[in-house]
Amino acid sequence: MKIAVASGKGGTGKTTVAVNLFHFLSEKLADKVRLVDCDVEEPNDLLFLKGARSISSQTEYLSVPEINTEKCTFCKKCSDWCEFNAISIVKALSFAEVNKDLCHSCGACSVACGFDAITEHPETLGTISEFDAGFGNGVIEGRLEIGSSMQTSLIKKVKKYAATTDDLVLLDAPPGTSCPVVETIADTDYIILVTEPTPFGLHDLQLTIELIKELKIPFGVIVNKAGLGNLNTHEYLLQNNINLLGEIPFSKTYAASYAKGDLFDKFSPKMEESYNSITEKLLKLLPQS
Amino acid sequence: MKEITILSGKGGAGKTSVTAAIASFANNAVFCDNDVDAADLHLIFNPEIEESHPFSSGSIATIDSASCTQCGLCESSCRFDAIHTNTTGSPEVNPHQCEGCRLCERICPEKAITTKENFNNEWYVSNTRFGKLVHARMSPGEENSGKLVSRIREKAREIATATKADFVVNDGPPGIGCTAISSITGVNAVLLVIEPTVSGLHDAKRLIKLVQSFNIKMFAIINKYDIDKVFSNKVEGYLASQNIDVLYRVPFDTVMVESMVNQQTLSEFAPDSVISINMLETWQKLSEQLIEN
Repeated sequence: MKIAVASGKGGTGKTTVAVNLFHFLSEKLADKVRLVDCDVEEPNDLLFLKGARSISSQTEYLSVPEINTEKCTFCKKCSDWCEFNAISIVKALSFAEVNKDLCHSCGACSVACGFDAITEHPETLGTISEFDAGFGNGVIEGRLEIGSSMQTSLIKKVKKYAATTDDLVLLDAPPGTSCPVVETIADTDYIILVTEPTPFGLHDLQLTIELIKELKIPFGVIVNKAGLGNLNTHEYLLQNNINLLGEIPFSKTYAASYAKGDLFDKFSPKMEESYNSITEKLLKLLPQS
Repeated sequence: MKEITILSGKGGAGKTSVTAAIASFANNAVFCDNDVDAADLHLIFNPEIEESHPFSSGSIATIDSASCTQCGLCESSCRFDAIHTNTTGSPEVNPHQCEGCRLCERICPEKAITTKENFNNEWYVSNTRFGKLVHARMSPGEENSGKLVSRIREKAREIATATKADFVVNDGPPGIGCTAISSITGVNAVLLVIEPTVSGLHDAKRLIKLVQSFNIKMFAIINKYDIDKVFSNKVEGYLASQNIDVLYRVPFDTVMVESMVNQQTLSEFAPDSVISINMLETWQKLSEQLIEN
């Protein structure tokens, strides 16, 4: 069973909720829970798991083509086949080059070339690391190489790496509603949407719900920082019959302990109650064994 | 004309609120919402759309099961794992995973695959009470966000040149991936909005590295400065070590959220508040520095 934590708007509390639920669910499920940080551009889960011990780390690569101008006949078939405008060929100058920033590593040019002039070389995409948090069954983190614009490819690899368990998998998604988010949530069984009760939070929540409805995945909403903003989000959820999993009250004291990276020790009774009730609701979603 | 992008690395640091605050003070600027897949600036700008243009949301392959012989070549050649065998044994394209490279179409021996470009994204030029706004709406789940950012920035610069505007102000996306990169290339400066938290600093460090790789001047605003003073000092120390000037330390104040709830900029909602007055000084300092450099 895979559950994604997503939001649309950034900064609504995805990471806070994902890490806290990892903690609460691990207690209830005898550590049979895995946390996967799919926000590869800005992975933050480990910042809040201070006791975590590194188990392994590996570099991930993307194959990027290179053209051997000795063998190249400058026929331009590869650049015609490249849908991403990544290949420039100038026959008069015997010039043939691949722009790595535009290349999607689809392999079309290699297939196109009839002269064996294209070879592919590994280009660093990022890293995948595994940690032991002291509870749960491991934390997997994807971390994009700074300067790479191929975040979706890394997310794909992270998900493959993390899929080697029958345990519950919690995926912390990146913000937004475009391809990196789709890659993270597309084959999950349930989605938790974390929002804040502000106009920006609501607007981006609506965009994300549009996407999830298209993907036909069941979902529920957590309203974080409740008490800030207004009640429009609650009205929207009610009017559209959307499942409210719970509300987590805004607290400046909690925000301060978040600032330092402490998530677990500054719960107000109200907050603890919220997480317990959300955890119970999630446990009911799990297949009964 | 000078172009600046407001970024943070981490989402929710206050980029859009800062952009909106600046809008009240920058009288001769064109605004551009670079956060194309979760655009929010229009909620405050209340734009009247003047032009709208469809924009490619990428190409997607489809397989005609009648002519397909189930040879499996497309599935094994797809580097995006976008082709899956369905329950009847036929290969099927998952439109959300297909990147539109057309390799499958080109190698299919039965010519059973066609690729169609979709235009589900849209971008707009609008009139607002702060001047022109160039913004976009991505259809949820679609592709091409980086190219869309490049396109709307190009349009914003075009308008700025034609109207002799002094500034283009880009409200940036979170993260450091393709949209962030597209919002940085070629700008005169980046304004970093950072909150003093472990994640705020961690994410800003990655963004700073990215911006430095383009040799672009950076300035910073520390938002919610007093949420944790000890951590704020850490942030200050790091920014100083990177030669990034802190233009303003914004205290935590619900007036920021309240102005957003009222769909107003900070100075529209609370013109006499200390934050509003300081934000004006911040923009004056920033705009002077931009013009000098």
